[in-house]
Amino acid sequence: MSSHWSDPRPLSPFTSIWRWHITMLTSILHRVSGVALYGGVMVMIAWLGAAAAGPQYYARLMGLMASWPGRLVLFGFTLALCFHLFNGVRHLIWDGGHGYDKKIASRSAWLAFILAFLLTLAIWTVAYKGLGLL
Amino acid sequence: MAQLTLPKNSTVQKGKHWPAPAGADPKNVRTFRIYRYDPDSGQNPRWDTYDLDTTQFGPMMLHVVIYIKDNVDSTLTFRRSCREGVCGSCAMNIDGRNTVACTKPLEDIKSKVVTIAPLPHQPVVKDLVPDLNEFYAQHAAMQPYLKTTTPAPDKEWKQSIADREKLDGLYECILCASCSTACPSYWWNGDKYLGPAALLQAYRWLIDSRDEDTGARLDAVEDSFRLYRCHTIMNCTQVCPKGLNPAKAIGEIKKMLVERKV
Repeated sequence: MSSHWSDPRPLSPFTSIWRWHITMLTSILHRVSGVALYGGVMVMIAWLGAAAAGPQYYARLMGLMASWPGRLVLFGFTLALCFHLFNGVRHLIWDGGHGYDKKIASRSAWLAFILAFLLTLAIWTVAYKGLGLL
Repeated sequence: MAQLTLPKNSTVQKGKHWPAPAGADPKNVRTFRIYRYDPDSGQNPRWDTYDLDTTQFGPMMLHVVIYIKDNVDSTLTFRRSCREGVCGSCAMNIDGRNTVACTKPLEDIKSKVVTIAPLPHQPVVKDLVPDLNEFYAQHAAMQPYLKTTTPAPDKEWKQSIADREKLDGLYECILCASCSTACPSYWWNGDKYLGPAALLQAYRWLIDSRDEDTGARLDAVEDSFRLYRCHTIMNCTQVCPKGLNPAKAIGEIKKMLVERKV
């Protein structure tokens, strides 16, 4: 239905009353993380652009990314990438015709969250160790 | 762009409160918050709350609304018929999830206040009665009957036991609309996306070994809106009061469309 409700009768409540399932959350977060990845790609382009522009630009960008807000953005980018990856695997399995049972779908949703957090933490642990910060 | 909030004429106001009957034991009293809309009033819908003595009626949510209609407020309007989960009439949103009221035990609901609303994102005719004409039109568009080109046999169209078993989990749909009105894709694009109920029905005929119209049936759903608005959110399967799996049926249709191309 269009965003212009012309019916004289009311539209019954939907988002305001719905009690979410975990599978609904993974679905919306797949979209949110997908949009976030566009932003992440912009950061990567900025990184390559700065490297091509010269040492002082590169140093400035690296400084920005090393700041706490910069690290938060990078951490969010990593988390979005990991979640999108694992939830993407769920979609791949569904496309093969498997995993539609509601119990299995709910469990695989939890699994996508857990694996995304674990992989993100693993990547950051390796990165911090590589930089000698840990 | 998807509409996330209710239009102006649909926002729900605070309504009346119906106190528990005198002498009711407070530990047996539960509060029910019910969506009310009177088309003759010219006013927006409202949430009425009813404090009820749960010892006065049967175990199911349908008993609750029938008790209110008979004993508290006779203007409460809802659809019901079979009271055993085969007609699909009493589908409504109970405690934030769609189901048929007659097979939903009150005991299963843990929320302090039990909310009862019409099926989500539909035009409301009155109280808990939504207008499902569009939903039925989508069902009819799936041509839910056997279509053949070979001459009819003298007796019945025969089917092997194995082929008949492929219809299990599909033919049981009672058209209660719990699944379609649970689907966010159907909320945003209900005029273009067929929704889980119609697509489950489409698949029921697509895999029927006796049907000879498979190609045309696939053509009828192959569309970025009609079929592919399904993003496997799974709300349909999560709420189906008959335990069917429309999400899987839709996945199987998508597979058939891929297999047809290769």
